[in-house]
Amino acid sequence: MRRGVIAAVVLVGVAAAVVGGTARSSAHAGTKADTITVWVGWSARELKAFKSIAAEYDKKHSDVNIKVVGGINDDKITAAIRSGNVPDVVSSFTSANVGSYCKSGAWLDLKPFLSKDKLDVNVFPKTSQYYTQFNGKRCALPFLADVYGFYYNKKMFKAAGLKGPPKTMSQLTAYAKKLTKRGANGSIKVAGFNPFLGFYAGNAPDLSAYAPLFGAKYIDGGGKSQLSKDPAWGRLLRWQKNLVDFYGYKNLQKFNAGAADEFSASHAFEIGKLAMMIDGEWRVAFVQAEHPGLDYGTAPAPVDDAHPNLYGAGYVNGTIIGIPKGVKHKDQAWALLKYLTFNAHPLALFSNAIRNVPTTKQSLNSPEIKPDPRFKTFLNIFSNPNSKTSPITAAGNAYGTLIQAFAVKWQAGHAGDLTKGLQKLDKQIDAQLKQAQAGGVP
Amino acid sequence: MTETAAAAAAPFTLERRRARRRAAWRRRRLVLLLMAPWLIGFSAFFGYPLVMSVYLSFTHYDLLSSPKWIGLANYKYLFRDDPQVGPAVKNTLWLIGIMVPLQVLFAFGVALMLARAKRGVGFFRTIFYLPALAPPVAATMAFVYLLNPATGPVNIILEKLGISGPLWFQSPQWSKPSLTLLSIWGVGTLMIIFLAAILDAPRQLYESAELDGAGPFQRLRWVTLPTISPVILFSVVISVIAALQYFTQAYVAANIAAGQASQAGDQTVNNLGYPEGSTLFYPVLLYEQGFKFFNMGYASALTVLLLAVAFTITVLIIRHSRRWVHYAGAVK
Repeated sequence: MRRGVIAAVVLVGVAAAVVGGTARSSAHAGTKADTITVWVGWSARELKAFKSIAAEYDKKHSDVNIKVVGGINDDKITAAIRSGNVPDVVSSFTSANVGSYCKSGAWLDLKPFLSKDKLDVNVFPKTSQYYTQFNGKRCALPFLADVYGFYYNKKMFKAAGLKGPPKTMSQLTAYAKKLTKRGANGSIKVAGFNPFLGFYAGNAPDLSAYAPLFGAKYIDGGGKSQLSKDPAWGRLLRWQKNLVDFYGYKNLQKFNAGAADEFSASHAFEIGKLAMMIDGEWRVAFVQAEHPGLDYGTAPAPVDDAHPNLYGAGYVNGTIIGIPKGVKHKDQAWALLKYLTFNAHPLALFSNAIRNVPTTKQSLNSPEIKPDPRFKTFLNIFSNPNSKTSPITAAGNAYGTLIQAFAVKWQAGHAGDLTKGLQKLDKQIDAQLKQAQAGGVP
Repeated sequence: MTETAAAAAAPFTLERRRARRRAAWRRRRLVLLLMAPWLIGFSAFFGYPLVMSVYLSFTHYDLLSSPKWIGLANYKYLFRDDPQVGPAVKNTLWLIGIMVPLQVLFAFGVALMLARAKRGVGFFRTIFYLPALAPPVAATMAFVYLLNPATGPVNIILEKLGISGPLWFQSPQWSKPSLTLLSIWGVGTLMIIFLAAILDAPRQLYESAELDGAGPFQRLRWVTLPTISPVILFSVVISVIAALQYFTQAYVAANIAAGQASQAGDQTVNNLGYPEGSTLFYPVLLYEQGFKFFNMGYASALTVLLLAVAFTITVLIIRHSRRWVHYAGAVK
């Protein structure tokens, strides 16, 4: 009896040890890999593409499990950083906010990481280097870029007897007039080129997509706004207003109101209601997915007649990616960040999937990039030394709101004298920058 | 003997006083305990944000780094340099001066008609109240669609009648009237309040007015209006405060009318105030500064000014109302 009891106790003890051991070993397996959370702004098709890039990294690195969260915007990023409950890697479409992220330390300074791994940011074109730092403090890296170029409908060009895309703004105006079709009451049935500020991304009302085409500079050497001093701005606005007047402001308003949403399959260019436009490289993928039979071409956007040498340049912007303050797995986060931004392989794969421009010089020529002459146009624009982005200031892109307020009044004919208006705008921008710097800029 | 009785009574009185004080304290404690949830909520969600807003208005604060004291710099920029403040204030005053009176008049008119209706009262009350139940975002989207100058049914019908319809939400002249139409359509809550007040007016007043030979207009002027004047005051005050805080409809209408519904939450585009800043109301400017530009110190200064203006306007209305508001049973 006694032996039986002892045997039972031993048996239970052994069983407990085995179960306990199994439990411990399975718990160990669970904690072996750290979960690295990545926040990105992409959603739907583009998010799926990013997840596959992350999954490939995950597969190669047994020490981490990558968790991707899509649909993130800057409100969520800021709220997370303020609460201290942050992801390991964070990205934003609003590169203008890099000023806030870098100067506040909300995104970690990447200099120590870059120095430790002896990485040189000169692998990125100058424009991308610019919009990922603020006042020399680098807290972000570029992760694919958006580049603006020119789209034209080849079928309509042929019907109008036009051979190739326009190279200057005066040519663009002439082509636009030739390609436009009107209804009996003057309404626009097909717009040759719609110059209305606010109509689709290529006509951003802060004039950002047009500024590099005219060589227009925002800020002078002393950090003051110079819109009234740089004659390029006047030329830009006069050219734009002339074309608006050709169509008639009210006619354009009606045309815009009837045009489908920019990111729907009924986009005006895709359904043949617009013959030419300035737009980002992503449109190549949208047309491929929505209207693969559309006969169109891409080219650099036409430039100011006074600066034909600018032909080939365009507006550049992009996604920025970094590590937030309070990160839990700093080293693994950096390893992933380094892989995504410096390695040509993920950049090429992701570029193929969402047709955004890869951001290292090496990846631009990567054999992995799917050849597509329409997309190649944007790779060339990105490499062009005259391609520019908007200035990064202490006030983010708030100055763009002031430019927009003036420009939309100008195109409506409500702004009065252009020179006086631009002088007033300069004063407003200077006052705004002063206000934003009131707390001191590091 | 008397001294002895007094000496014996003294501790007794003292004891009773102490007991009364203890009871009073217990009562106060109970009241405090019962009020505690409200007091905590009030302090945490009203008192603290209010005090912080005032403090932050004197700082440079980007939400990410600690606030830095900059004295009156935000107020100087607000009153002297910010080119957006003037238009935002004008747009908001337009709401107070035009939209609010129209809302109140329309709600009162509908309530008056419903109070006199003999048949189908329930049906009509429901029909007029129903729009108030529509979520503001959905209602605004529907109005922007209905009033689309190119594809909207309103302009298509006007076109068939030979009238060239306006650009509605696309035009700086018509955007605020379009928002006013939307607000008048959704005026059901005010209408219900007016209806209740009208139906509550004492019948005998109307009967005696009728006996004195008062016609319908005189009855409205001398019986209905004085009787419901406290409700009119209430409606005006809450409508003015709502106009000062007008945001959702302006935000949604601007983004959708600008043709970028898919980018309504995208911070890289700025459609606030579209078209031509005509829907940039004060709270929209406040949101833009605080949450789009991360300029929270300055946004706090805008908030403090809004609070001061709302308070002043409310006080002025209430003071002025002493001349025309009559409270039943009030002693003068």
